[in-house]
Order: sequence, then C-alpha cells, then structure tokens
Amino acid sequence: MDRILFGDNQFFGVNHMSEEKARAQAMQFRDTRSIMRVLDNAYDAGIEVFMCTTHDRIGEVAEIVRANPQRYERFKFYPCMPYAHKYANSIGEVGAIETLRRFAPGGLIETLFKGAFSVATQDLDKLMQLLVDAEMKNFAGLKTPVIFIQNVVTDLLLGLKLHSLLASFSNYVQTKYKAEAGFITMNLPRLVDALESVGIKNPIVCANINKIGFRMSGGVDVYRKLIASKRCRPIAMSVFASGAIPAAEAIEWVCGLEGLESIVFGASSRANIVQTKQLIDQRWGQAQ
Amino acid sequence: MVRAGLLGAGKMGLSHLAILGAHPGVEVVAICDTAAYVTSALRKQTGVETFKDFGKMLDSSRLDCVLIATPTSTHFQVTSEALEHGLHVFVEKPLCLNPQDSFKLAELAKAKNKVNQVGYHNRFIGTFIEARRLVRAGALGEVYHVDAQAFGQVVVKAKAGGTWRSSRKEGGGCLHDYASHVVDLMNFMVGPPEEVLGAHLRSVYSRDVEDAVYATLRYPGGASGQLTTNWSDDSYRKMSTAVTIFGTKGKIIVDRQECKIYLHRGAEFETYAAGWTIRYITDLQAPVSYYLRGEEYSAQIDAFVDAIEKSSTGKENSFGSASETDRVINMIAAAGARSHGV
Repeated sequence: MDRILFGDNQFFGVNHMSEEKARAQAMQFRDTRSIMRVLDNAYDAGIEVFMCTTHDRIGEVAEIVRANPQRYERFKFYPCMPYAHKYANSIGEVGAIETLRRFAPGGLIETLFKGAFSVATQDLDKLMQLLVDAEMKNFAGLKTPVIFIQNVVTDLLLGLKLHSLLASFSNYVQTKYKAEAGFITMNLPRLVDALESVGIKNPIVCANINKIGFRMSGGVDVYRKLIASKRCRPIAMSVFASGAIPAAEAIEWVCGLEGLESIVFGASSRANIVQTKQLIDQRWGQAQ
Repeated sequence: MVRAGLLGAGKMGLSHLAILGAHPGVEVVAICDTAAYVTSALRKQTGVETFKDFGKMLDSSRLDCVLIATPTSTHFQVTSEALEHGLHVFVEKPLCLNPQDSFKLAELAKAKNKVNQVGYHNRFIGTFIEARRLVRAGALGEVYHVDAQAFGQVVVKAKAGGTWRSSRKEGGGCLHDYASHVVDLMNFMVGPPEEVLGAHLRSVYSRDVEDAVYATLRYPGGASGQLTTNWSDDSYRKMSTAVTIFGTKGKIIVDRQECKIYLHRGAEFETYAAGWTIRYITDLQAPVSYYLRGEEYSAQIDAFVDAIEKSSTGKENSFGSASETDRVINMIAAAGARSHGV
C-alpha cells in the first residue's frame, strides 16, 4: 500500500470544523477542472493514490484519467463506497425499496423481489454485489487496488452485527475486481475484532487517528496499542482533527505511531499539499 | 442487562438498532416491523426474535424498554401501549401530531414512573449545549432575538407517490419532520415561545405537504424569534442547522461544528474575552464508545439506558419537553393556516 494517499473531502463540501469553509470549498470546486488541477498538483508532488467517495462527480475525474493513460500512468483510485448521502437522501424521499431500484442496475431488483428468490427469503450478499457493481462502473479500466466501504456502512453493519456481510464484501471485491477490501470506520478496535471473528486477518482499515483523540471511539490509548499490534494495516485519516491540531504537531505525532502504514489527507492548494507531504517525508523518510 | 425491543426498522430504527447493539449494557431481544424483508434479514443474520405485531412483542419478549421509530401518526397509540406494559420508552421525534396527545403521554409516563425520551438529538451536540449553558448563565445579558435556520435536500423534485414523509396525515412534511428539530433546539436554547405571530408554510415540490416553513415567534418577556427551514435546498449536502442568539451583552452563532461567541467590551464571561471566541466541536463534544453518523445519536441512547439503569427520570428530551415542542409546532401550523386563509 502507498504511504501517502490523497483524500477528497475538500472537493465535496465536507469540513468537520466549519460549514462556512465547507461551502467555500464547494464553490471553489464547482467544476471538475478545478478538482483536476488540485489532483494534478498532488500527483506531481508524488502522491499517486486518490482515495475517493463514489460521488457522481468522481465519474468525470475517472473519465479524464482514463482518457490520458500516459499522463496518469501510475495513478490509482481507492474507491470508497457508497456515497452515503445519495442513498440516505433517497431513502428519506422514496423509501428503501425504491432506492434500491434506483441505484442497482436495471431490472435486477425486480428479479430479486418478484422472482425465484425474494429479499424476504433473503440474499443480502447478492444485493451487496449489485450495489458494488453499480458503484464500480465509473472505474472501469482504471487501477483500483483497494476498494473501501465507507464508515457509515461499515459501522452500521458492525452495530447490527451483520459481520458476515463485511466478509462477503471482502471476498467479492477480491474475486470480481482483484482488489483488496478496505474498511473505513470510526470504531477501529471493535471493527478489527469483528473482522477477525469472520476470518478476515490483517485487514486494511482507515480510521480517524489524531493526537487529540477526535472521533476515535475507545480512546487514543486503545488505538495506539491496536495499531502497534499489527493486527491490521491502518490508514490514518483526520490526522489534523479538521484543523484543531497544527500541521507539524499533528504529523509528528501520527508518524511516530508504531505500526501505522499510511496517511490520507486532503488539501486544496499546491502549497498545502507539498508542505504536508514534506512533513510526512521528513518523519518517515522518502515515501514510496 | 437492559432488554430492549425495537418497533420500526426503517432508517432511524436501524440506526438505533446498531447503537443499541453496540451498547455493552443492552441486549436487543426483539424487533417489530411490518416489512418482512427487513425483519427476516435481521432474524437470519443475527438470530434476534422478530414480530409483525407489536402487541405480541410486548406480551412475549419480557422487555425493559422499547425504541419506537414508526411514522409520527402511530406514536400515541404504541407509546401508550408500551407504557401501560410498564416499559421505558424512547420515541423518535416529533412525539405526536396533536400536542394534547403528547401531554397525555407525558402524564402517563410520569404516573408509571418510566424513563421517557424523544429523539431530538441536537440536544446532545456539544456546541449547542455550550451555547445554551452560556445563555442560561446570562453571558449574553437579556436575550432579545433568536434566529434559527435549517436547510437540506430531502425533497428536491416533484414526484408522484413517496413515503409516509410526504403524507400530512401520517406526520410528513417539513414542519413536523424537519422544522421540529429546529423548534426544539430554539426551545432548548431560550425556552418555548408564547405566541406564533405569523407563519408561511410553503410547498416547493411536494404535492400534499409543505417543503419550507417560515415563522415569527414571540417569547415571554417580549423577545422575538425567526424560524426558517427549507428541506428542498440541494445546495446543502445534508441537514445544516444554525442558531443565532442576540443579547444585550453579545451574541452567539452556533451550529453543529462551531460555537462562535461575541461579547461586548466589559461583558467578559468566565474564560470568554470581549470580542470573538470560537469553540469547535473537537473540544466541546464528549467521546462516545460507539460512533455512527454523529456522537449525538449514541449519546442520546447512552443517556436513555443510563437513566434506566439508575432508575432516574432521564437527562434530556422528556415527553414533557417534547410536548412543548409539539405545542409550538401546532401554533406554527395554525398560524400558517391563517395566513393561507384556510
């Protein structure tokens, strides 16, 4: 796995600290060209992985990368699915069944409900596969070595104790997309236990990992021990706790964690990208 | 262990179910929903007992408490039943469509001495809690105006059909389903208003319900309030709620992420200096042991379970407090009907 990954929150008006800032960013990145300019800055700074939500706009980014294979020879996507608001808004609007009909590829939901096997008799796995395929359509022909489930889904399945679905997801992306599964979570210690219980050893996981313990359920010490235990391959996100920790201090702390594999961060300007990468490189040595 | 049941396995029900499932002091023993595709999936995958009939669940599951996440129009009936069965009850917001019913439930819960709570989760967000603390402590002096706004994208195009949320009879519409959060938050900050001076309930895309609510409120003592909510604004990624409170000594602008306090010179308060102080959720929110979508969702369930375990009356969002919210919602609906000449 690459050590430094580029994230996408800044492109889609996600800012955990300020709604004003989120809106300003949504305006700044209203067209795909402005997103590409920042991605180019990151790529040219040596960051070759774009860890991104399966937001509709990412389809346009994927299109550009696909159309320029030489320019983006080493460019990799780590898709994170689903873009939950798309589903949540839709469930509120038209209900769960209609939402599935809307997002799973044509006709198959009809088969599920009316056909030989109905959802009542159950095939959650099949449903999951349909939705994964729908989300992966945008990435056809591109490098997607790791495919993530977003934290809202990971953590929901975790709480509902539908752990076997997490395992099915892992198996499916391995078989169908020759990719490793990744799991984004706000409950890392609990998740690793659950994954181990369904036979997933040393999973790729992505969680908030920051000096002040922001959204680290269980607390900093539990996380630190788990990360050092090598029971998982952790990617740290929210390293700056949405700006609550000064950059240098945040990077120094997170890079000092024994067992941490990778860091994902987002930034909107070339200067910030380069500076953050330099800080990490200084602590970790030249990243691959 | 607290034995919990769930009624209604929709969007909020599943979220509550996950949070309960992760709670070390709770055992989820039964789930009731009319949709077989949900209950059968949960039964098969987790082994929990499932029901189609609420009464049967109450009779056979030896529950300590129940979480109710069904359409609002059903709340009065099922909550009464659960209380009569001697259960502690958590109900999704709003409590009832008719405030008289809400007051009855509050009385019943009191008489039965059961923990009663409604899902106004904003009251468990650190920034809002701090704003309320400052207002209550008098940091702003006399409060003379409150402005509360919420925007989001729930209904963003015209369509046929829909869910219960698009049916007025069942408790759909922006006022009950969306603005209720904001009304409750205003009550939380400054107490309930005594009058709704005017309201405009505006349909943007929906056929049968309003998509936006604009209302002017008047508080005991003469302070005013302005409520602006619109769930048909897709420039917002998700529901965004902000409250500004104006006082004679300063003001507070607060949302989910930030609590921004401005105090006049000479009105310094505790560690808050004159001028602007900005406090962030990162330092105002207590951590939770299991996180799903926001600390507040877990924190409210933790508080509910904690009250059951300690045999206390609960910390926040009692039926009584939610009845006040329903009363204000009802006043807004009446004012809206007046201005539309109904």
